Amino acid sequence: MTTELTVNGHIRRIDVEPRTTLLDALRDDVGLKGTHAGCEHGVCGACTVIVDGDAVRSCLMLAVQCDGLNIMTIEGVALADGKMDIIQDSFCETHGLQCGYCTPGMVLAARALLARDTSPSDDQIREAISGNICRCTGYQQIVEAIRLAAKRTREGNIAPMEAEQ
Amino acid sequence: MKAASFSYLRPATVAEACEALSADSESRVLAGGQTLVPMLAMRLSRPSLLIDITRLQDLRTIEDMEAGIVIGASVRQAEALVSDLIAREVPLLAAALPHVGHPPTRARGTVGGSIAHGDPSAEIALAATILGARIVFQVDDRTEDFEPENFFIGPTMTMAPMGGLLTHLIFPKRPDGAVGAGFREIASRRSDYAFASAGAQIRLNEDGRCAQAWMGVGSVGDVPLAFDVSGLSGTRLTDDDLDKAVDAALAALDCVDDMHATSTYRRRAAARLAVQALTDARDQATGARA
Repeated sequence: MTTELTVNGHIRRIDVEPRTTLLDALRDDVGLKGTHAGCEHGVCGACTVIVDGDAVRSCLMLAVQCDGLNIMTIEGVALADGKMDIIQDSFCETHGLQCGYCTPGMVLAARALLARDTSPSDDQIREAISGNICRCTGYQQIVEAIRLAAKRTREGNIAPMEAEQ
Repeated sequence: MKAASFSYLRPATVAEACEALSADSESRVLAGGQTLVPMLAMRLSRPSLLIDITRLQDLRTIEDMEAGIVIGASVRQAEALVSDLIAREVPLLAAALPHVGHPPTRARGTVGGSIAHGDPSAEIALAATILGARIVFQVDDRTEDFEPENFFIGPTMTMAPMGGLLTHLIFPKRPDGAVGAGFREIASRRSDYAFASAGAQIRLNEDGRCAQAWMGVGSVGDVPLAFDVSGLSGTRLTDDDLDKAVDAALAALDCVDDMHATSTYRRRAAARLAVQALTDARDQATGARA
């Protein structure tokens, strides 16, 4: 089926079988490998992307369901010149990633949270990433990273990456 | 972890969806897909056709009607969670919703889908069972509706009519007076299936005594269960009253035993959670009265 996705602001017209998940379509048909395939049945959160403003699991959506919808993947998070955004930068500073497998999902889950609320409590941060499994970094630094990103976003304290622009 | 082939239809109207459903007995409705898509991936479900109802705007509304609060089948759990109408008129459902999955699954998962799937650990199904919500199907050109206790018949088994489309749920509105609700559950992780869950609602009289109480437990058996706690009516709802009411209500409760939790554990957890849910409901109702 011909399906039109808006991925990171670009319209992509792809031809997929109805059984193709959004995850597989993004990786194989659109060619963006930053969305990670983990469990492929909705448990791990590695494939989290933002669809029309909501963090969702791309392995639990069919690509054909996303026809006409707006999708943001990790490739769309970085700034235009390829430098990291506030959230990515905070993950680096707080050692919020180690192997990096869960990181795209964590960053996008955090982004969906901060887009709604720039003063989340630690409980709200934990709730926002409660569907994302990390098996090496440890959640503490990830929560710290999101807390730091929230603080920077909130205080309008321009992150180093933006300050250079 | 790749689904078998199927066809896909995104109908423009409820009538078109019903027509497609009754024309093909191997077709299935796709709402939020948060349970169905993993089942497809694991090939536990191999439908010929998926009928995507997520964009049927007629099924996307939450309305205050004479009969109750009507929640369309495609209303997402995340939308229900932030609905002022549900918070005000169906406080028990509002208390249950934060326990449903986690933000990414709630962003897609629907209230109706949870009911149609009929998982015994589903929080929405438990709230519907305790409150006696009505489950309404469109079958060809007529409607059929069910009480939860007649609808859920086993783990993920329901009385859903062949070719029927679950169109909406009707939750009774909160009764007049000081009302409180509580919902508790225990799971291995925040977002996981509960080992045991309990919900309760309390309405107080003018004098602060209990006028009416509702209580139910989920995740412990084949279906969500509502219990008669009418013995609480007229009491002051002391901790002792609540303990005794729960002991009596759950006396004959038979719990499932599996690799996650033994039946003994589930029984104790269910009883404790029921007391906690009733306590939360009592405290909220007392606060509402003050």
